[in-house]
Amino acid sequence: MLKFILKRLIIIIPMALLVVTLTWGLIRIAPGNFYSGEKKLPPAIEANITKKYGLDKPWYVQYGKMMWNIVQLDFGDSLKYQGQSVNEIIWRHFPYSATIGLLAYMLALLIGLSAGIIAALKQNSLFDYGSMALAMLGLSIPNFVLGPILVLVFSLWLFWVPPARWGGISSLILPVITLAAIYAAYIARLTRAGMLEVLRSDYIRTARAKGLSEKTVLLKHALRGGIIPVVSFTGPALASLLAGTVVVEKVFAIPGLGKIFIESVFNRDEPLTLGIVAFLSILIMVFNLAVDISYGFLDPRIRYE
Amino acid sequence: MNEKNGTILSVNDLKTYFQTEDGVVKAVDGITFELKRGETLGIVGESGSGKSVTNLSVMRLIPEPPGKIVNGDIIFDGVDVRKLSIEEVRKIRGKRMAMIFQDPMTSLNPYLKISTQLMEVTQLHLGHSKQQAYEHAVEMLRTVGIPAPENRIDNYPHEFSGGMRQRVMIAMALSCQPELLIADEPTTALDVTIQAQILELIKDLKKDLGTSVILITHDLGVVAGMTENIIVMYAGKVFESAPTKELFATPANPYTKGLLKSVPDPAHEEGKPLYQIPGLPPDVAHLPPGCPFAERCERAEDICEREFPPFVQINENHHSLCHFAKEVYAESINQGSTIS
Repeated sequence: MLKFILKRLIIIIPMALLVVTLTWGLIRIAPGNFYSGEKKLPPAIEANITKKYGLDKPWYVQYGKMMWNIVQLDFGDSLKYQGQSVNEIIWRHFPYSATIGLLAYMLALLIGLSAGIIAALKQNSLFDYGSMALAMLGLSIPNFVLGPILVLVFSLWLFWVPPARWGGISSLILPVITLAAIYAAYIARLTRAGMLEVLRSDYIRTARAKGLSEKTVLLKHALRGGIIPVVSFTGPALASLLAGTVVVEKVFAIPGLGKIFIESVFNRDEPLTLGIVAFLSILIMVFNLAVDISYGFLDPRIRYE
Repeated sequence: MNEKNGTILSVNDLKTYFQTEDGVVKAVDGITFELKRGETLGIVGESGSGKSVTNLSVMRLIPEPPGKIVNGDIIFDGVDVRKLSIEEVRKIRGKRMAMIFQDPMTSLNPYLKISTQLMEVTQLHLGHSKQQAYEHAVEMLRTVGIPAPENRIDNYPHEFSGGMRQRVMIAMALSCQPELLIADEPTTALDVTIQAQILELIKDLKKDLGTSVILITHDLGVVAGMTENIIVMYAGKVFESAPTKELFATPANPYTKGLLKSVPDPAHEEGKPLYQIPGLPPDVAHLPPGCPFAERCERAEDICEREFPPFVQINENHHSLCHFAKEVYAESINQGSTIS
């Protein structure tokens, strides 16, 4: 088990470097750079800048230098935000995204799991149809529509919560709901399908034949097998939730990582883009590893060498 | 408890139907039988004849919907199981009547240790403490012939072979010394060599514990040496019911005769092709008005297609569902026994 984890952790390094390389390649293939704005720079200044950032050297020298720095976890300074290192910027904005993401994750799990389990237990009931219809709706409404609707109703009509910006618990409510909706819907459907499959299985019939109560049958015998599909979904989902979602952060004016990420791309702020890409890819791989490890705890048939 | 030779289970005109997109499937349609204490009843029939549904009905384990017990009494030790609330049924299930299933590979929970799955039965029904339940579970595994049970009890089902898992299922079913054990094709999914061991085990345990057993199978060879009485089911109906010896010696139903002829008999028929009943069992969602077996029956006449056959009494314990039951019975007597 320990060997397995160690192996997977080590693999993360070359994988992250590969992702960074591909991203760097894409940025370089696109025409223009940070300095090729609308205003043409005087040739002397441009030559200065080119020299300072090593842009006059061949591409492989630039690439090698960048990779060498990244291996040492130094992503350099942002081009846009002069004098601020990429690491600083990421750590400043990540907590906003992580707070909202983690809350949304917990909300989505709470709603999704309970709705899915109840729907599976009362298959073809009013609750089943109702919650699954709602889940379909949740999956179909994009969050850039849901967000503004929530703002309209709860902020502008009812004045219950602030419409945007960061400040106090009340300002978290709408973005968290907006973010959680789609995940809750997806988890509900996964849970229902997983539970239905397990509840039809032979060993559940055995459990009932023993005279166990429905509660014991459900919690002790059915739940573990039923939520395995949910687990494989929620690992990567948590990673992308924590990393911030552009739309929700934009709609609610939250200074999160997602917003900074998109801006860095528009600004052609290469070091910042690469830094965030590396950070996100590591985050996703770590959570995938966490999912794989948790399989081992959920299903005794899975053992890692 | 009743006196020693009382009736433990009597099922009377049981009907269990399933609502499907194809219409109503009459999986069990008017089954009647009786099981005395300490005896073994064999229920024989092809796949889909309703033998499993009959017994799931007895345990009240029919999934509702789509299934429903629409008629009949299921009297277990003087109490009609159908009239009990589900909580009361749960107190009987696993404690006084237990069931072992066909496929031991899927009937044990793959996510839980064997110990957990065994212990929960006695903790629930006998009020065992964890310690007591654990010791009892080890003892049960020893009883069913699992070597070094104290080392194996905390294993997971996937660490056991098929035969061992079926032994675990039997240990689980017998944990509370039930009065009735329903074995639903307990050997079908196992290797032939293991089959004999498992049957022998059930036979021994039945003798030691005095449990009454219902043995469901499609294999007449299995029931021959183990049962006092047999009922033969076809298309949700009892086609013939008789004491085991009599059924084998003098069957009174063409379907039973067909089944008996399809049992391989190496002593007399070496080299000859094995007999098989022509055709397939009927679709129970669309049964003809007459005898459901008529289509496949060697001696079917016009009346068989038109009219549903009567349940003819041959003697006190021998009944057959056939227009020509008495004639078939007479033929059997003349031919002498096929299997002694």
